[in-house]
Amino acid sequence: MRFFESFELALKNILAGKMRAFLTMLGIIIGVMSVITIVGLGNGMENYMVDAFKSLGTDTLNIMITGRGSSRSVSEEKMYEIVEEHPEYFLKLSPTVSMGGASVKLGSETLESPSVTGVSEDYLEMKQYLLMPGGRGLYYVDVRERANVCVVGKYVNETYFDGEAVGETLKISGRMFTIIGVLDIIADSGETEEGGADDVIFIPYSTAARMSGIGVLNSYTVTLVSEDLATPAKEVMEDELYDVFGSDNAYRVQSMSELLGTMTQMLNILITVLALIAGISLLVGGIGIMNIMLVSVTERTREIGIRKALGAKERYIMSQFVIEAATTSVIGGALGILAGFGLSAVATQVIAAMTEESLTVSPSIASVFMAFGISAVIGILFGYLPAKKAAKLNPIDALRYE
Amino acid sequence: MERNGSPLIEFRSVSKHYYMGDNVVRACDEINMSIYKGEFVAIVGQSGSGKSTCMNIIGCLDVPTFGEYFLGGVSVGTLRKNALAEIRNEMIGFIFQQYNLLAKSNLRENVEIPLMYAGVSKSERRRRATDVLTKVGLGDKLKNRPNQLSGGQQQRVSIARALVGSPSIILADEPTGALDSKTGLEVLSMLRELNEEGNTVVLITHDSSIAARAQRVIRLEDGRVSYDGPVSAAPGVGGDVRTEAGV
Repeated sequence: MRFFESFELALKNILAGKMRAFLTMLGIIIGVMSVITIVGLGNGMENYMVDAFKSLGTDTLNIMITGRGSSRSVSEEKMYEIVEEHPEYFLKLSPTVSMGGASVKLGSETLESPSVTGVSEDYLEMKQYLLMPGGRGLYYVDVRERANVCVVGKYVNETYFDGEAVGETLKISGRMFTIIGVLDIIADSGETEEGGADDVIFIPYSTAARMSGIGVLNSYTVTLVSEDLATPAKEVMEDELYDVFGSDNAYRVQSMSELLGTMTQMLNILITVLALIAGISLLVGGIGIMNIMLVSVTERTREIGIRKALGAKERYIMSQFVIEAATTSVIGGALGILAGFGLSAVATQVIAAMTEESLTVSPSIASVFMAFGISAVIGILFGYLPAKKAAKLNPIDALRYE
Repeated sequence: MERNGSPLIEFRSVSKHYYMGDNVVRACDEINMSIYKGEFVAIVGQSGSGKSTCMNIIGCLDVPTFGEYFLGGVSVGTLRKNALAEIRNEMIGFIFQQYNLLAKSNLRENVEIPLMYAGVSKSERRRRATDVLTKVGLGDKLKNRPNQLSGGQQQRVSIARALVGSPSIILADEPTGALDSKTGLEVLSMLRELNEEGNTVVLITHDSSIAARAQRVIRLEDGRVSYDGPVSAAPGVGGDVRTEAGV
């Protein structure tokens, strides 16, 4: 008797009792569905996080100088020197001066939302920001002369200047600034919004430093040759700064890609643990199958006796029951995969409705194959014991069984 | 009665003992008998006489505790379970009192079972099952389920199933036990026909009037053979006036 015939026989038996077969499969269906949805949720969270970090720049290092007492510090020139000495890691450097407390006024109207940051002439290029036609970016001369000029984000341009901001002026902490350029859309979402990535004003860092009364610049952004070099580049930068300060408490170098790596790793651990917990229900499902198969062997004792009398060897009886258990389990697995995709789609909608964040729960192909494989293995494992029991039945007793 | 060459079935001091606690139940006690190809033999006895045990051993469902059983010249007692299953499949055609058909399968599928375990291809199986069902007069009910049939018809399906693999022996265990006397007679005449076509038929029964339809009777009492000979001379069988007590 060939495998296909056993399979046909198994299908026939399963179809003969659909309700019972479905209830038997339910454990597997729920198990597979939860594993797939949880892994999908993990994928979605990872994608969401990667996107969020990408917009912060995974190919950049952020350096914060906290100094050591008040006497030791690192000069702007020294920072540029460090970057130039390691062209294999670093591309460009820009000091950043965040003006958190600055008030922005347009005439007598106060604009609450835009963030004002002092940067170098390279910064826009480093961040790969594009300018709208008709304006210009910051030049070296603006930095050197501490010019009162600024580049504004698209949101500012459209909301306060009807798209005609170039040449207009606005007041930052009481100083009049001329708008020289407008950035094209930056936000990943493709839409501008208040407080978002396009609600920004960039001014020369020298101007910003003077306005804030900072003697020494204490924050820098460095772009890297490649995002894969984040870890060694961070070490090089830290070594150089250690040489300057003789202490590792005086500075902090932050790599977005490293941070992302750490967070992804943590997320993966969390998802794996959750998936394993969901996997326990697969085990319970397997036990359910075993239970029903044991009942089925008892119910079909006479059938087994007849088959044995007519010449079925133990291995035929065995394979018949194992294949039946495996088929039940695999059908359950397939239904579970479908249910998992369904639940993932629902979860995506629910998350979107509840948090207004777009997080797509996307089940991975690998998890689908794994769920399928695991359910087959469970069927075979938990089908084995009942099948063994069936195969070992004595034909004389089995034929007499009422 | 032709007795050419070696017997098809040969019991040499076959005993089957069951151990129940300290008691030994001798279901078969040193039975000697030979059945040749082409015979129609009835093994008859009261319940507890050992005829069921005898049938189980002849049908290779069981092996003797002592003694040797030769089937077609092969000693069966030493064979393993798989080999026994093969012998059952190839050499024995069972007919049971309770028909023992699979309720969820149709008639043709039921008859195909022995061929399936023999590894016969699907199309060949179908053809042979259809042929043999036609032969027993059920060619128009191939797709029916057993429970849609009368008892007599079900027993004919079970005869078809016993025949389909062209076995060496048709082994019928109380084939008329569940049937009314008229249908029972039909089944018996069918067995007789099969015997006339050259099949070896072994009939197990407790009913002497049924045993009378055979050529030869082996009577068992308390696990021993009390009579072995032609029907005409058998005590308490057929038209013979002698009672068992008179032997």
